[in-house]
Amino acid sequence: MRKVDCVIVGGGSAGMSCAIAIARFGIRDILIIEKEKELGGILNQCIHHGFGLHIYKKECTGPEYAQLLIESLKKYHIDVKLDTTVINISEGKKVMYVNRYEGVVEVQAKAIVMASGCMEKNRGMISIPGDRCANVLTAGTAQRYLNIDGYMCGKRVFILGSGDIGLIMARRMVLEGAQVLGVAEIMPYSNGLSRNIVQCLEDFNIPLYLKTTVTRIIGRPKLERIELSSVDDNQKPIQGSEWYLDVDCLLLSIGLLPDISLLNKLNVERDSQTKSVSVNEAYEMSLPGFFACGNVLQVHDLVDDVCLEAQACGMAVARYLNEGFHEEEGIPVYAGENVTHVVPQHLRKENMEDDCRFSFRVKKPMRDCILRIRSGDHILREVKKRVMLPAEMEKINLEKRMLTDAQSLIFEVKEDA
Amino acid sequence: MEDIIIIGGGIIGSLIAYNCSKYHCNVLLLEKENDIANKSTMANSAIIHAGYDPDDYSLKAEMNIRGARKYPSLCRELKVDFKQIGSLVVAVNEDEVHTLERLHKQAEKRGIRTQMINRDEILVLEENISDDVIKALYCKQTGIVTPWKVAIAAMETAMSNQCKCELNQEVKAITVEKDGFIVKTQDHTYHAKIVINCAGIYADKINEMVTHKKDFKILPRKGEYYVLSKNASNFVKHVIYPAPTKKGKGVLVTPTIHGNILLGPTASEQIDREDNSTSERGLTFVREKVEKIVKNVPYDEIIHSFSGLRAPCADNDFIIGESSVKNFINVAAIDSPGLASAPAIAEMVVNDYVLKRLNLSKRMFFAHRVKNVVINECSTDEKERYIAHNPKYGRIICRCEQVSEGEIIDCIRRKCGARSVVAVKKRVRPGMGKCQGGFCEPLVVKILAKELGISPAEVDYNEKGSPILVCESKGVRHEKG
Amino acid sequence: MIKEMVCIICPMSCRMSVEMDKKKVISVSHNGCVRGVKYANEEMTNPTRMVTSTVVLKNAALTRLPVMTQAPVPKRKVADVMKQINKVKVKAPVKMYDVIIENVARTGVNVVASRSMDAIK
Repeated sequence: MRKVDCVIVGGGSAGMSCAIAIARFGIRDILIIEKEKELGGILNQCIHHGFGLHIYKKECTGPEYAQLLIESLKKYHIDVKLDTTVINISEGKKVMYVNRYEGVVEVQAKAIVMASGCMEKNRGMISIPGDRCANVLTAGTAQRYLNIDGYMCGKRVFILGSGDIGLIMARRMVLEGAQVLGVAEIMPYSNGLSRNIVQCLEDFNIPLYLKTTVTRIIGRPKLERIELSSVDDNQKPIQGSEWYLDVDCLLLSIGLLPDISLLNKLNVERDSQTKSVSVNEAYEMSLPGFFACGNVLQVHDLVDDVCLEAQACGMAVARYLNEGFHEEEGIPVYAGENVTHVVPQHLRKENMEDDCRFSFRVKKPMRDCILRIRSGDHILREVKKRVMLPAEMEKINLEKRMLTDAQSLIFEVKEDA
Repeated sequence: MEDIIIIGGGIIGSLIAYNCSKYHCNVLLLEKENDIANKSTMANSAIIHAGYDPDDYSLKAEMNIRGARKYPSLCRELKVDFKQIGSLVVAVNEDEVHTLERLHKQAEKRGIRTQMINRDEILVLEENISDDVIKALYCKQTGIVTPWKVAIAAMETAMSNQCKCELNQEVKAITVEKDGFIVKTQDHTYHAKIVINCAGIYADKINEMVTHKKDFKILPRKGEYYVLSKNASNFVKHVIYPAPTKKGKGVLVTPTIHGNILLGPTASEQIDREDNSTSERGLTFVREKVEKIVKNVPYDEIIHSFSGLRAPCADNDFIIGESSVKNFINVAAIDSPGLASAPAIAEMVVNDYVLKRLNLSKRMFFAHRVKNVVINECSTDEKERYIAHNPKYGRIICRCEQVSEGEIIDCIRRKCGARSVVAVKKRVRPGMGKCQGGFCEPLVVKILAKELGISPAEVDYNEKGSPILVCESKGVRHEKG
Repeated sequence: MIKEMVCIICPMSCRMSVEMDKKKVISVSHNGCVRGVKYANEEMTNPTRMVTSTVVLKNAALTRLPVMTQAPVPKRKVADVMKQINKVKVKAPVKMYDVIIENVARTGVNVVASRSMDAIK
């Protein structure tokens, strides 16, 4: 059986960034396994621009960003298997993959990095009632049809969910000649960046309906109409508020879910909030030698953030392979008031480098608030923020020296009285 | 001139075709949909009930008991899965305990082994049973199948034995002639000596075309369901029924062959026979009712909801037999336990009617269908061998269910092959997983277009005339896949 | 005349009031910082947008090539830019940043390839 230092599952922005980071520490015996016929992952279909301000100091398109990453990766001569799917991962770190040219192959890894991204939430998951017709798609699937395959999936389109993918697709469909009749958002605020609201909706006079959702899908065999309803403060549809639109396509942009199905058989600790695995400061799961980074660990808003997380993960993997970690029970990290989740979920102080980067999200939009990180009653850090939004992942560093006595960490956000 | 025309390609029509194809005769099955098993057979609880439940002396009781016993061998022959997982009918009060005791006696009388068990014994079998459940009727014999796979495999086998099948042919008129029938669809005219009406929710309409009488009326009853992902496969291990009432079996919980969980169905009468929609009310009802029999329902794992129409008539029994017109045979009002009864019904129709009217001799029958390759179920060695033989088995298209390109191509090329995205999904499962086709659907569309020699914009999602794509971008006229 | 607009420079999304005299910005208020003033001036006097799309691609594994304007173009020219993009057919191989359309819709801006694409075999 082939032995490798590290197998990386997924050759998108996370997988490539992680590989580069590991390789920089002199470890070259890395195998990236990518399902598609080329590297880049979902970036390849995100042909709009706006990626990379942080890392490349310019605004790139998705394919451009992917190509820049691919070119950096090439310098390290890392083994990449394309058009190849991982079908099993064992507790003993054996990775089984399958492809057309080798059949079924099992490799023994010293470390495994999950960088397999996320999937879109779909109609089934939120049980939108109505007819079971074609033409109800997730925005990302429609994006793939349009940008990669060159096919339109509708001429009169409505979009449910104001996440950025939905907004971006609204503009794309209009520029390609479709009519976009509106975007509905169940929350009282948009989940997209203001820039996308302005440049994808307002530029084209596309209405955004807040506190509104699709309550029925009508049409056989093709989609003909949708029923929309206003919702109350608990996001429940209000009876009598129904109105209708004639459409031939409904796109769903209702959220993303980490894709950890390959880990289903393994006994790894999960985080019910991120719907993914829990990790420690080294992005390592509860199973030693198993790592995760990018959208499989938590859904990010920016590719740059994915890459930064993957780099940090890669550095930890290199350390794991070169020197190993100290045996150490970690302290737990909790999401407190107004915080949905915090990554990492555990912290092993001895294993920390000088500092640790945490990411988290707030539960609701807040202005003039204070982020507080505390251990019991002891406040470790306080930061004033003018605005915090659920749609924007927050990042903050904690220095090792602050943590000497900490037995747990709680992240909380309070509105400034 | 056909010897036999079967109208309707659900589980009943397919199994009748299968049984007829064992004899030297010309059999033609007409189906109005673009696939076999597209309506009630596609949307039901998928349970092979043991047969203790239907009323004494009913056709339902007789057919159910005989049909259920045939399933294990039938499924072996057709190379489709049958799992005897057993069932629990649970009682939450003394009245329901009495119902269970009545069923227990009825089962005994019919030679079906059941057992009354108490709460502690139930908990050994099922940990997520509701706190209110006090007793259960345990029946080991209850099984599950994938109904549409049984129908498709039966039809495929029938076609390997010279049976013909025409899809997208809706019967518009039937006239009675001296020597048989003229059956007209929107495109063609066919002649047959015998016509067998297995038209499901349209069986009364077909009957009326021939007898010109409203001999019976189908009262479509909708059932809505939730599907849970495979992550929830440990939620229950048996079929769990509430105590039955006059209205039927009620909202149940059952594992499926592939490790999903079904919750449902509702039972609401409706007029529109094409309405397969789900409703907020129906789905809420499922949640409410299901919590009477189980707890800790993993609603987080809901990946799909659907509804199907059952086809009962007012008498609450099957209608099987020759109509007032000679050689026109009705197989109608086949609602629950229709699936469990289907093999017995098919046998009865052929033995009691077809063979009595036509003098047929047995043919050299190719009974054993060649099972399709299912990479996900293969050992590593088998996978290696298949991929060496055809590298397309090594290209995974659906990562949730691990379905390869080779399997998808196979299911399009086989007899009774898939012609739509859902038809592919029914046969080999891409899109049945958590992402519901988000990743694999564009690839399935491409494969279908290539195999069928059409443009991706002509590939239907489910029914005929349901393409996912409207046109190529940039005003490009479509090029053949 | 006073126009209301949302600043898109940072997550604060300041709702700014912009006082206009015909096509000139006279003053900006309710802005959180100076970047808002700059944005308001640009957006009110000469709004520009990047345009990204695809063009028909031949001789490659894929049938579409992603393209982008090399710089933002005047917002009112976006439709003209798209018209021209929709007519173009490109043959692989293509290199990233290859010029696909020169001086698109007379904006002085080129449309370039967003990525490289190999020719088949």
